Amino acid sequence: MTVDLRTQSLNAYYGKHMAVRDITINFEKNAITALIGPSGCGKSTLLRCLNRMHEVIANTRVEGQVVLDGENLYDPGVDPTALRRRIGMVFQRANPFPTMTIKENVVAGVRLAGEVTQRSALDAIAEKSLRQAALWDEVKDKLNQSGTSLSGGQQQRLCIARALAVEPEVLLMDEPASALDPISTMKIEELMRDLKKTYTIVIVTHNMQQAARCSDYTGFMLAGEATPGELVEFGDSSSIFTTPKDPRTEDYITGRFG
Amino acid sequence: MTNLALRRAYSGFMVVVAGLCTLLAAGVLAAVIFYVVQNGAGALTPSFFTRLPAPIGISGGGIANAIAGSALVIAMASLAAIPIGILAGIYLALYGRGKTATAVRFLSDVLTGVPSIAIGVFAYALVVLPSRHFSALSASVALAIIMLPIIVRTTEEAVRLVPHSIREGALALGIPSWKAVLLVTLPCARAGIVTGTLLAIARVAGESAPLLFTAFGSLFWGRGINSPTAALPLIIFNYAISPYKDWQQFAWGGALVLIIFVFLLNLAARLALPSRMPVR
Ligand SMILES: Nc1ncnc2c1ncn2[C@@H]1O[C@H](COP(=O)(O)OP(=O)(O)O)[C@@H](O)[C@H]1O
Ligand SMILES: [Mg+2]
Repeated sequence: MTVDLRTQSLNAYYGKHMAVRDITINFEKNAITALIGPSGCGKSTLLRCLNRMHEVIANTRVEGQVVLDGENLYDPGVDPTALRRRIGMVFQRANPFPTMTIKENVVAGVRLAGEVTQRSALDAIAEKSLRQAALWDEVKDKLNQSGTSLSGGQQQRLCIARALAVEPEVLLMDEPASALDPISTMKIEELMRDLKKTYTIVIVTHNMQQAARCSDYTGFMLAGEATPGELVEFGDSSSIFTTPKDPRTEDYITGRFG
Repeated sequence: MTNLALRRAYSGFMVVVAGLCTLLAAGVLAAVIFYVVQNGAGALTPSFFTRLPAPIGISGGGIANAIAGSALVIAMASLAAIPIGILAGIYLALYGRGKTATAVRFLSDVLTGVPSIAIGVFAYALVVLPSRHFSALSASVALAIIMLPIIVRTTEEAVRLVPHSIREGALALGIPSWKAVLLVTLPCARAGIVTGTLLAIARVAGESAPLLFTAFGSLFWGRGINSPTAALPLIIFNYAISPYKDWQQFAWGGALVLIIFVFLLNLAARLALPSRMPVR
């Protein structure tokens, strides 16, 4: 269940404003790729281009390609709903569906798409996904409580379980731990290391320790005062964090700006 | 007196005035309810709810046909206005950015303020004249037009309050856009939509002006949606201005039924609100 994901000369716009420019990255299979950079440099925008969530915002536009297993996701024939099932996403703020129970949240993807309707099958999917998200033991006795009754860290793992339940091949995570306490953050990081055995993971973070701790590859992005975000440097996390080639990367990871 | 003391005195005076005004407002409301209950309660016998109006001079009878007529007219109006209003509200909230949406928003605000008698005239011209007879249907059209803008705007507000991140979460799961809206966003806005809808029903339940030249009124059971029908507000009006004591009491009884109905709707609207509001 691994795929080949890359971008080719990707530009993304909000109206006339170009937010990221000329991004070409290969995302390694079964690895965690971190995107770092100061806030506003276009990390989220780039991430949302990968599963075509960018276009959900009005007046946005994308140029260039995102290639998944040899197919350009921006080809006219591609159905964005189908591809989003292959490329799942976890957002910065946990967003469980407030009117649904924990179990309903987890199986929302398969159930609302009409893929699985049988109760026992849904139960099995819920348990499997919650176990994968390391949440099962904490919620197994209250599956019928509201998803929003959980703590922040649990809600975020619930959202991870929800994303996993549709069995994607790639998992995109936009600062999944930025609103969480250190213990929840640690749990999510452990979880990611576990998940990369099965998934290709792209994580946005502006926490450099986090990128250094858990990613295999890191891309550093930067936007100027009036210029769009660009990829300054990309490589093994170990080399990016120890021997960066670009002085701007060095400035950033040593905390000189951002 | 010092400046401060003067201001304190003035403030105290205004508090008293405001309090008196509040009492006055509440007092008027209490007086209306007291009057209607005092005069109308006696009319509420079983036959009041089950019998047709009795001929002049004969005691007994009821206003069952008016209650049934009102129920029919309101139900048909709701059947049309609720789905259309909710869909239009969703559209305005989620996709309403362009000129069309601004126009729709403006028009529905204007429509909210149009006197209901004007809407009655409109329904008369639209339905009664072409079909050449008064009808329950034409009354429903008038009431639906009154309900529509209320439902549209409350739905729009309620859907707008649902955080964008909820719908994005659904879309990111590969749920088609229309399902994300109907099955994820809409349930989050349910409380607000239910409230708006109930208030719209309460608003039209007592409307009498638009019924005058649409439902027209009748002393008998309605004969389907294409014939004139009795309705509570009409019978209240006709009986209240009649010279007969027992008819006047029926008018009070009808008013009481109407007030109870509207009160229950408002109560239900209240109860719908706090449950399961989106937590963000
Ligand atoms: N919804 C939006 N509408 C308009 N501009 C946006 C929107 N979201 C982000 N931007 C702009 O795009 C640029 C990149 O933002 P973003 O991708 O959110 O950066 P990051 O995630 O790195 O903080 C910023 O200049 C930001 O102002
Ligand atoms: Mg961001």
